Order: sequence, then C-alpha cells, then structure tokens
Amino acid sequence: MYDFNFQSASSIDDAAAKLSAAEDGTVMAGGQTLIPVLKQRLASPSDVISLAGAGLSGITNNGDSVTIGATTTHAEVAASSDVPAVLRSVAEGIGDAQVRNRGTIGGSIANNDPAADYPAAALGLGATITTNQRDIAADDFFTGLFETALNDGEIIKSVTFPNAAKAAYAKFPNPASRYALVGVFVAQAADGVRVAVTGATDCAHRGPRLEAALSGNWSADALDGITIPADHINADIHGSAEYRAHLVVVMAKRAVAAAG
Amino acid sequence: MVENGIGASLARKEDVRFLTGKGNYTDDINRPGQTYAYLVRSPHAHATINSVDIAAAKTAPGVVGVFVGQDLLDDAVGGLICGASVTGKGGEVNKVPPRNVLTMDKARFVGDPIVVVIAETLAQAKDGAEMVAIDYTELPSTVSTSGADADGAPLLHEECPNNVALDWELGDKAAVDAAFASAAKTAEVELVNNRMVTNAMEPRAAVGEYNSGTDETTLYLTSQNPHVHRLVMSAFMNIAPEHKFRVVAPDVGGGFGSKIFTYNEEAICAWAAKKINRPVKWTSDRSEGFLSDAHGRDHVTKAEMAMDADGKFIGMRVTSQANMGAYLQVFSISIPTLFHGFLLAGQYTTPAIYLEMRCVMTNTAPVDAARGAGRPEATYLLERLVDVAAGVMGLDPAEIRRRNFIKADQMPYQTPVVQCYDSGDYDASLDKALANADYDGFSARQAEAKGRGKLRGIGLSSYIEACGVAPSAAVGSLGVGVGLWESAQVRFNPTGNVTVFTGTHSHGQGHETAFAQLVTERLGVPVENIDVVHGDTAKGQFGMGTYGSRSLAVGGIAIANACDKIVAKGKKIAAHTLEAAEDDIEFAEGSFTVAGTDKTMSIGEVAFTAYVPHNYPEGVEPGLDEIAFFDPLNFSFPAGAHVCEVEIDPDTGTLEIVKYTAVDDFGTLINPMIVEGQVHGGLAHGIGQALLEGCVYDDDSGQLVSGSFMDYCMPRADNLPSFDVDYAPTVPAHNSLGVKGCGEAGAIAAPPAVINAIVNALGIKHLDMPATPEVVWRAAQAAS
Repeated sequence: MYDFNFQSASSIDDAAAKLSAAEDGTVMAGGQTLIPVLKQRLASPSDVISLAGAGLSGITNNGDSVTIGATTTHAEVAASSDVPAVLRSVAEGIGDAQVRNRGTIGGSIANNDPAADYPAAALGLGATITTNQRDIAADDFFTGLFETALNDGEIIKSVTFPNAAKAAYAKFPNPASRYALVGVFVAQAADGVRVAVTGATDCAHRGPRLEAALSGNWSADALDGITIPADHINADIHGSAEYRAHLVVVMAKRAVAAAG
Repeated sequence: MVENGIGASLARKEDVRFLTGKGNYTDDINRPGQTYAYLVRSPHAHATINSVDIAAAKTAPGVVGVFVGQDLLDDAVGGLICGASVTGKGGEVNKVPPRNVLTMDKARFVGDPIVVVIAETLAQAKDGAEMVAIDYTELPSTVSTSGADADGAPLLHEECPNNVALDWELGDKAAVDAAFASAAKTAEVELVNNRMVTNAMEPRAAVGEYNSGTDETTLYLTSQNPHVHRLVMSAFMNIAPEHKFRVVAPDVGGGFGSKIFTYNEEAICAWAAKKINRPVKWTSDRSEGFLSDAHGRDHVTKAEMAMDADGKFIGMRVTSQANMGAYLQVFSISIPTLFHGFLLAGQYTTPAIYLEMRCVMTNTAPVDAARGAGRPEATYLLERLVDVAAGVMGLDPAEIRRRNFIKADQMPYQTPVVQCYDSGDYDASLDKALANADYDGFSARQAEAKGRGKLRGIGLSSYIEACGVAPSAAVGSLGVGVGLWESAQVRFNPTGNVTVFTGTHSHGQGHETAFAQLVTERLGVPVENIDVVHGDTAKGQFGMGTYGSRSLAVGGIAIANACDKIVAKGKKIAAHTLEAAEDDIEFAEGSFTVAGTDKTMSIGEVAFTAYVPHNYPEGVEPGLDEIAFFDPLNFSFPAGAHVCEVEIDPDTGTLEIVKYTAVDDFGTLINPMIVEGQVHGGLAHGIGQALLEGCVYDDDSGQLVSGSFMDYCMPRADNLPSFDVDYAPTVPAHNSLGVKGCGEAGAIAAPPAVINAIVNALGIKHLDMPATPEVVWRAAQAAS
C-alpha cells in the first residue's frame, strides 16, 4: 500500500471535519474492503480516517424498530438479542468469521458492493440510513455500482430497520467468495410487501414483479411462472445472466417459504 | 513388538512446532542487511518488449538494484531448464523454447517477469517497480488448449511451429484400429481436464545470501527437493558451484508439485545476493502465486473404447491435447506423455491401447506436475469412458469393471502401455468399497431422495497410479534427465540417540514421524530418540526430494537399508564384546544377543562402543553411521476403488456429496493416521477439481480471470463429507517394506467418482469439470 496519514476520529463530526480538511481523505469503518484495496495499491488516499473511536457502535431496539450504529460489526449484530432474527441471519451469513469480526454495517452499506447482503436487507425492510447530515430512505440510497446517495463528506451514523410482520433472506452464495451470487430478501413490511434482490445487477434493487405477485398471495407458489429477463443481469465465470435470473425466482420462493 | 513402530498411529512429532507457531518457514527467515525484491511482470498475455527504462527506478528512494534479463546473461547465468527430452512421432524430440530468468524479447503470459527491483523495504521495491517504464507492442494471444495449434493462432516461440512442442504417440495404432473394426460396440466421450492452480497454503518464497569471505551462496527457499534445486541452479544456471552453494528448504507449507521446479525468482535471489552483496528476499503474494506458480492438468481429450459383445474391452483410443503454458518447465513435457500415457490401462486387461498426445504452448502460466501429475488425467478419462461404456452395454458400472479387471492371479501384469504392475487385487477393493458404500441399497436411497425433490446419484472410480518414482534406468531411457533413486543416512550419536538424514523433503507429509517409526521398528531405538533431518544441502547427502508418492516407497527403503547396515556392523561389534561368533549374534528390538544365551548388549551400548573403541574388533571402522542409496526396480502401484454418492438440488444445481467411500491398496501402512490424513487431503484436492476449481483465462485478452480466492474456489470443510476410508492391501513384489505411496491417491481417484455420480444422478452421458452449480443446473434442465 501507499503511505497515507492515519487519523482517528473521536466523533462523527470530528470525522467529517478531518475528512473535509484532508486533501483526498477517506473514512474507514471495518476496513474489510478498503484495506485490501489499499494493499493492492488500487487506491492512494492522502488520509485514512478511522471511525473506530467515533462512538458509532451499538444496537437499540425501541419495540418498533432496531437502530444499528454504523460501526457495529456483523458479529455483534449476529449475536444481539435486540436484533430481529432475520437481520441476525443476514449478518451471520456475511463473509467469514474474520470479516464478521471487523466488517461493519455502515461500511457495507456505504460501499454498496453489488453482491453485498446488507443492502438487500435495508431495501427489503425499508430501512432508514441516518447520516451526519440527514435521514435517507433505503429506497433512495443505493444508486448504482458502488454508488450511493451519500454526498461528499457525508458519513453514515446508523441504520434503522422497522419491524416486519414476516421477513426472510435467501442467499445463494458464490462458491468462491461467498458473496451473494443472488440474494433475495422478502418482507411483509408496514408499507406492504417488499422484495429486494442483491447480486443480480449493479446494486441491490426492489423486485416489483415479485412484490406484485406476493402482495396478493404470500406464498412461494405465487411466484410460479414468473421469469426475470436476463437483460442487465450480471454475468461472470460463476454464473451467467440467465442462471442468475433463474436464481432470483428460486431464492425469492425459498425466502417466502422460510418467512412463513 | 516394538512400541511406536510400523502400524502405530503416532501423533505427528512435527505438529508441536506447527501448532504452536514455532514453524520456521522461508518468509520467517531474515538475514542481517536483508533487502527485498519485487518483480515487474507483464500485464499483457503476449507482447513484444520494445524497450525497458529502469533509469528512474534506479534512483528511487531505498532502491539498491534494478536488473533486467541482460544483467543475468552478462554474468553468464543460464535460463530455466526443461528437464526431460521426450521422443515423439518420427523420432522427434520435444522442442524446448528457451527461457531467460527475466524475459527480454517478448512477454508470453500475464505475469511473465521482466525486471527485478531490489530495495531496502518491500514498499520501496514496489515504488521503484512503478517507475520502470516498459514499452510494449501488444500481440494477439492464445490461451486455448484445443486451439493453440490452429492455423493462424498467434505463435509464441519460433522454436515451436504451430505452437506444438511435441507430437507424441504411444501404443499399437494398428492393433487398436483392428480392435475397433471388429468391435461389437464402441463407446466414446469427449472431455476437458480442467486447469488447476495448486495454491499451497504457504506461497513461494526465497532468501538469497552471499558470503564474500567464503564465496558461499546460501539460498533458503520453498522447495520439495533442495538438492535438485541446487543441482539445476549450479549445473545449468551457473548460479554457484555446488560445493559453494547451500540450498535450504526449511519448513514448507505444502507443495503438491508446484515447489519441485526451479523458478525465476529463486535464481534471482541467489544471483542478486552476490551481485549486491546483501541478502535478498522475495515472497510471493497470493495474487503473484496465481500468475506465476506452475499450474496443473489442462487437457482436452477424446477417448474411445472398443468392446466385444460381452463388454470386454478390446481396444482403446485416446486423442488428447495438453496445454504446456508459455514455457516448458522441469518436468512439464513428461507429465502428459510418460506419466499420463503409461497409466492408460488402468485396472483393465484392455489388450490394445493407442494414445496420441499433442503438447501445445499457450499464453498462460507454465503447466507442470501437480498432485498426481498425469495420472489424474489418465484416470479421469478412463473411468469416465468406462462408465460411458457401461451405458452403451447396458451393464452396471461395477459389473463392466469386474468383467475387465486384471485379476489378482494375473500379477505381475504387463500392460500394453509400458508399465508392468507388480501387485493388486482390484476385485477385492471394489467389493469392499461397494459393501462399505452400501451400493446395493442405493436405489432405495435414490427413491427416498426423489420424494424430497432431490436427484441422487452414485459413481465409481477404480484407479491405479504409478508411484514410488522411479527406477533411474527406466526414466533415463525415456528421456528424464535425472536418476530417481533416494538416499538415507542413519547416524548413531555416541549417547545412543539417532539422527536420520533423508534426501526426501517433508512439506506436510509427516516424514519426521513416519520415518522415525520406521527406524524404531528396525533398530528398536525409542521414537523420541530419533530425529529426522531433511531439507538442507549442508546437512546430509544428496537426495532427489519428494514428489510422485516416492518418499516412503523409495526413500523409506534407503532408510531401512541404512538400518540394515547399522545392524550388520553392530553384530560385529557385539560379537567381539560378547565373545561370540558374528553368525551367532541375533538382533531384535534393539538388542544384540548371542543365540541361545542370555548374553546381550543393547544397540545403545554398541553405539557407545563404536565411538569409544577401547575393546574393538580388528578391521572394523569406529563409529556407527551408515549411508544407503536405493534405486527401485519398478514403480509402486497403489490402487483402489472409490464410491461417491451425491444429491443434487435440480432447482439450483447445488450438489452435496452425501457419502464418499474410499478403499485403497497402499500396501503396508507405517502410520495409519497420517495415511488417512493424506487420503483426506487428496480427496479434497480431487473433489475440488471436480466441483470447484477452474482456472480461467480470458479467451480474448489472455488475462487470468480466476486470479484470487474471490474467483478461484478452493475446497473448504463445508464442501466435503466425512470420508469413509478403508484399505484392501496387497503385497508389492518390488518393495521390501511392502509400501506403495498414498499422497496422490485421493486427487487421482476422486474426480471421476464425483463426475460419475453426477452423471448418474442426472441420467446424462457426460458433463465437464468443474461441475459448478450452473453447470449442473444446465445439465439438469437439459435432461429433464
């Protein structure tokens, strides 16, 4: 990796101040994406500003929703009794033990990897992403390949997931990386049926056809006969667009079945 | 009965240091004044190198040296060698395209090294490397095993017209043609043996050091055969004369073949250490390993079987093409030819076999020996073909195998493809495997799975391998440039404990334990009083190293023979001390005894007497330290039957191995626990090839697409079942220890067992490895 200035932020405001003062700075939560990128010399930030000491970790459940601080690790989420089972299972299925012990929810959502799990959960439950500047609905947050609605200098503070009557996540892991080749999150949320798909396209997105089918009939059978066109679906050595499109429906069915 | 001798599942002596972080690997070694090397590698699959500008890099902070290929040539350093000359069609020996340590004229694969930058720190070396300016003209590339020899394919080497390094044939073509002409039925299958990246847990590494006071060069490196490394670098590359060159392979974290060969980086560290008069370290990162380690397999094959009306095999024809990568390495040309072709009879009496093998050059990393080396490719095509043949004949796969097995009473059996098997009972291992796997109960399990929406299949693999490489005269006559004997020295220290020097090298096989058990068995010295030393040319005699499941089958006999010499000399000493005739001395369990008396002397007392020879037999040399070299008369032939049972989710193509049964004939087991571990590891390797591991180069750009663990899928524990491992040993005629070798068996046997099971589950003829979920899903879709 190239040399950079390492700074530790004491609060989210301190992080924002340090970020704006830096020539070409970046914040680091768990570093599970940033560190490998730095090691490969694929990025050369002037400053890396750690959020580890910024007080952004923690989980609170007010009965209607759970709010997870941005630097809460996947392992902490997976182990928390304050977190609904569906979110615990999402966290439990991310990466490996090392990644789960360092990687954070804020980092995952801000990075918006096309195959990440948390973006599907955020979309599927209609989460709200709270930053140092504002609240952003998950529906407005994930805008493209590694792109989000975050402005320059905007840092995620927490993510709030409202309760859902029923919810489940079905993930078909890439055999090598164990990222989602396709992952589908389904929920009976307060605002209706939500279906979110990750791994299949540029970034996690809602599945309107699947939502429409499930809105009238919450059962796996309701998805029979639905086919997802393979246009715009990702393809690589692990799965063609056609295969991924097929898996979207299969995983959606399995998620509905698991949600009960 | 000697405690902890042959047959004891003794916990591995070496594991104490490995499990407590006390292992000493090459990257753990740091020498005073050490510098760090970083290679500038070609980003292009095929490109002319117009110019290389290193001026800026030379002045970069911390950089102490920047070198190109010409610098090595100026010091008369030779290129990397191909260690075999295989004679092909028309008596034509394989072409050997030259390879400089740092390539100069053009880059021939992504990762081909061109410049080395040496600096005070690795980061500074990388910074310097970024300042090297290379002007390339990109050329069209070819990475295709089947297409590299096509008209108009980009040419890698002038020395290899049409990118063909060798056109080789084996067997009696006319007899095979006649068999097909008279066949009642024929079967054929076209298949791909997928390229693998070996991915030893420890990446390759080297530390070179030069002592100007003694003119000695020392090279620490990740090697399976440090003496051979020294020999090659001394005799062919002019790095240093052997007597001034120490090569040390300390603890090595896995080799699987990939650490047999002399690599560019190793030569650079040894040469540059003298050039700059400071130690030079290079450690591969994983990405570099993917690009530059020797890969394995990569054949495209058509196999055909001719049968009589009863399903007896009467002729087999194989037409195959093997990808050698961009350059020929030490063994590479011998793998798809000798090590592959000679195994094509398998366990069967097929009287006529003909193989045409074309070895082609492509713009990919060099391909060489990898766990099994040629034998997995042979076994895969044969065991797939046998299942296809069973389908053609309407016979159960077990039945067609039985009808064609070489029977135990036919041993020794001369195959039509050179090898003469010395032992084996293939019916016995198949019968045991089928019983252990409950083959008869399969249809009930299949029906039960169907009720759950799952497709269940069962597959067999009756494999044989030629191990214990190898009789020197035999391999020499075939063009291999070395002898493949092995050596051992058994040294009693005056206090009665024992140091064993072996010419083999342990990089995960447990030699320090198994060899100590062997010496315990022979000499009666407690196993804790025996240390096994290997891996350092300054300690112990020349040896050929570890590969081809040879360490016990060849190196073990050298140890046993050295022990026999110890006993023979000990008898003379004991006879003198006990005042008896030498012929009356008996040796058992560590004691020399005058037959029929209670007059006895322990081997420790004999050792002490040998070193303090106050009262000593006339004409006998002091000391108790014996060396033995052993050259085998034949290969060893481990064999067995494996049964794989899979369950497939047709909606996703996901597959679970629900049961895997191995019955192997390894002869005598020295340490059954270690053997079982070797079987498990081999099976993981073979199942990885069958289901997960595919090395992929982009057809257009020649870039390595599967260049990290994010894209190259290694087997993990949750991909594997709990293995059912059992044995059906027979006694080899040519091995005085009765051992055969076990390290490669799983990697050889598993791929066809797994694919045969999948094919059985789906009711199809064939599908190619790796059988990823999408591959299986598509096959299931097509079949339904």
